[in-house]
Amino acid sequence: MPEMVQLTINGKLVQVQKGSTVAAALIFAEAPARTSTTQQAARSPLCGMGICFECRTIIDGEPHQRSCQILCKDGMDVRTQ
Amino acid sequence: MMDIFDILVVGAGPAGLAAAVAAASSGKRVALIDENFHAGGQIWHSRTDSGNAEGSLHPSTQKYLQQVRDYAVTHIQGYRVFAQPMPNVLRAEGYRQTLDITYDRLILATGARERFLPFPGWTLPNVMGVGGLQNLVKSGLPLEDKRVVIAGSGPLLLAVAAYAKQHGAKVVGIFEQASMPQLAKFAVSILAHPAKVVQAAKYRMETLGVPYHSGCWPVEAFGRERVEFVRLTNGNKRWQIPCDYLACAFNFVPNHELASVLGCKIESGMEGNQVWVDEWQQTSVPNIYCAGEPTGIGGLELSLIEGEIAGFAAAEKPFHAKRLFAHRDKMRLFALRLQQSFRLRPELKNLVRNDTIFCRCEDVPFGAVKEHSSWRSAKLHTRCGMGPCQGRICGTAAEHLLEWKNFPIRPPVFPVRLSSLADTPSHTEADAS
Repeated sequence: MPEMVQLTINGKLVQVQKGSTVAAALIFAEAPARTSTTQQAARSPLCGMGICFECRTIIDGEPHQRSCQILCKDGMDVRTQ
Repeated sequence: MMDIFDILVVGAGPAGLAAAVAAASSGKRVALIDENFHAGGQIWHSRTDSGNAEGSLHPSTQKYLQQVRDYAVTHIQGYRVFAQPMPNVLRAEGYRQTLDITYDRLILATGARERFLPFPGWTLPNVMGVGGLQNLVKSGLPLEDKRVVIAGSGPLLLAVAAYAKQHGAKVVGIFEQASMPQLAKFAVSILAHPAKVVQAAKYRMETLGVPYHSGCWPVEAFGRERVEFVRLTNGNKRWQIPCDYLACAFNFVPNHELASVLGCKIESGMEGNQVWVDEWQQTSVPNIYCAGEPTGIGGLELSLIEGEIAGFAAAEKPFHAKRLFAHRDKMRLFALRLQQSFRLRPELKNLVRNDTIFCRCEDVPFGAVKEHSSWRSAKLHTRCGMGPCQGRICGTAAEHLLEWKNFPIRPPVFPVRLSSLADTPSHTEADAS
């Protein structure tokens, strides 16, 4: 069994394999990373390599975190930005 | 005490690793800095769940890292260069700190990114890049039993299809925009039996249970909360297929932004703007060299050779560098043929509609952007390209669709924390490698 970590995404408990990025966890949990600035449309990761900034999200209260460059940790609180 | 490196290499992908090793083996004091979790770049990207155990990195990365250590290169991983606070100093941002690195000569090996072209529905969740999907799977996204459509252009489509399949995805199909005759021309240029090569690729995919369609491209993606269907065309008819993920990207474009901010001359290449270099991989700024994809998309082998040449040239070993010129010429020719084969068809410029979001960061529709006659005017009036990606996605699309010359970006090269701009950074080495 792979080691798992547990975090909350928009208040819901989510378990992912240890070493997963927050971006991967967001897609897995079917939660958008952010809603767009004027149209309020759901957006999720596009490039997967830290270029597009579509995956930016709120992690432990801090907005604009590029979730594809951050690993999930136990107890992390992730919210759609 | 401040460290001054003879040579600083930015980017630890194939070109950067090769450059660092070549320079350090020539007796120079070298630092290598990279923004990702692990060295290896995008092509030797390892799974993020592999932890820090080096044994889990790509074998080629391991081989280079061994030499990086043998030659005592200062290796700084997880820091992204964002500014040049003064001449011969680059500033980089890490997880909670910033760092200044002083150098005598600089080698830029900043790699490439995928080209995204807008079409209706391209902003829906679960529509992502082709390399993007692969990176997300390497970052822990499970694909078991997911229906994946892979579309766009380039050899990467095949590699990612095989990778997704290996990870339990049901790959519904590969849809390559280039036509079979165009692809066969590429095969002609590299081998005596072109048809066999194309057939072999097709056969390989089909034995994996992945149908390979050339001359097809996506025109629209639909779905309520995320993508549910993609509509495709072959130019005559249109049809739609259901999917959980649509991976779609059209070849690669050079990451030339850092070079541009540092004042290096940018030229127009086959795949858009690229960094101009001379035969020594030297840019228009005398102490800055550039190697690999930023100088023009050429793939792995060309990146390695250019990296090595840049490393030797920057280390003042012209004879070592010169030995590699013939091989580089050969690989450049190969790259050119590859680009010609996967040249984008004109129909792809007409997928975007007036109400399609063009700039994803600022939610600017295409209709508002195309009213303008230049990138600069569109930026000033619509905020297009003014978001955090700084036009890396929409500027690249504008270059292709509207044939606009992109305006050089301004520092910081990437958005950074306010504290990073105000910080007094620690100076290299001690807390980094």
